[in-house]
Amino acid sequence: MNALRRNVLKGAAGASAVAVAVAAGLLKPTQALAAAPRSAFEAKNVGDAMKDLGAASPADSKDITIKAPDIAENGAVVPVEVTSAIAGTTMIAILAEKNATPLVADFSLANGAQGFVSTRIKMGQTSLVRAVVTAGGKSYTAAKEVKVTIGGCGG
Amino acid sequence: MAEPMRIRATMAGDVADVKVLMNHPMETGLRKDAKTGQLVPAHYITEVTATVNGTSVLQAGMSGGVSKNPYLGFKVKGPKAGDKVVVNWVDNKGDKNSAEATIA
Repeated sequence: MNALRRNVLKGAAGASAVAVAVAAGLLKPTQALAAAPRSAFEAKNVGDAMKDLGAASPADSKDITIKAPDIAENGAVVPVEVTSAIAGTTMIAILAEKNATPLVADFSLANGAQGFVSTRIKMGQTSLVRAVVTAGGKSYTAAKEVKVTIGGCGG
Repeated sequence: MAEPMRIRATMAGDVADVKVLMNHPMETGLRKDAKTGQLVPAHYITEVTATVNGTSVLQAGMSGGVSKNPYLGFKVKGPKAGDKVVVNWVDNKGDKNSAEATIA
């Protein structure tokens, strides 16, 4: 009985703490981030994936830098780093164009997160690695070719 | 499944540099088991979220196209040394994990 009473009290205190945090502006519900719809990850080609991302026809941009190896000896681990110098970048997506499902990952950024992500992706074969960036409601893109030599001796 | 994650956050000027290493097999569902010839069922992280002092800064969606034991690096402007960074992930089977670090 005592334990129950304790839980009830704890629950009440927890709930009110959240309410206080919202009131104080610590939690900003309006700045909640929206990830890309899962359908974008199931798209079988780059065009459909970009459409699902809400970036149907992005403009080419020189302000996006993709850092990836020219030749990846192991397609299972290809380090990719995307830097967007476009002000107000809110989304960066990474696509490997010839993968069965090209969209690898998307990153929604807010509250001070810089236009930069670094990760490692899988690539089935040599293809373009494309970055799609959304900034201020517009979308931009850049691509870099990565040659994949699985099982090769490092050509 | 809740193997430990590694997370590190350091200040470089006024930007916090956060690096996260997650432990996960990241199976696409397309790979065949070499012994049985059966497809290995898909098992990958679908969502990663990061907060700094409770404010969300990054939300990532992932597919099986991200390498095994995913690495994620990102940068956030504004936080100070001592602020707390929390990273959570959820996979397609509903497993989840979380790690936190103090910005140094």
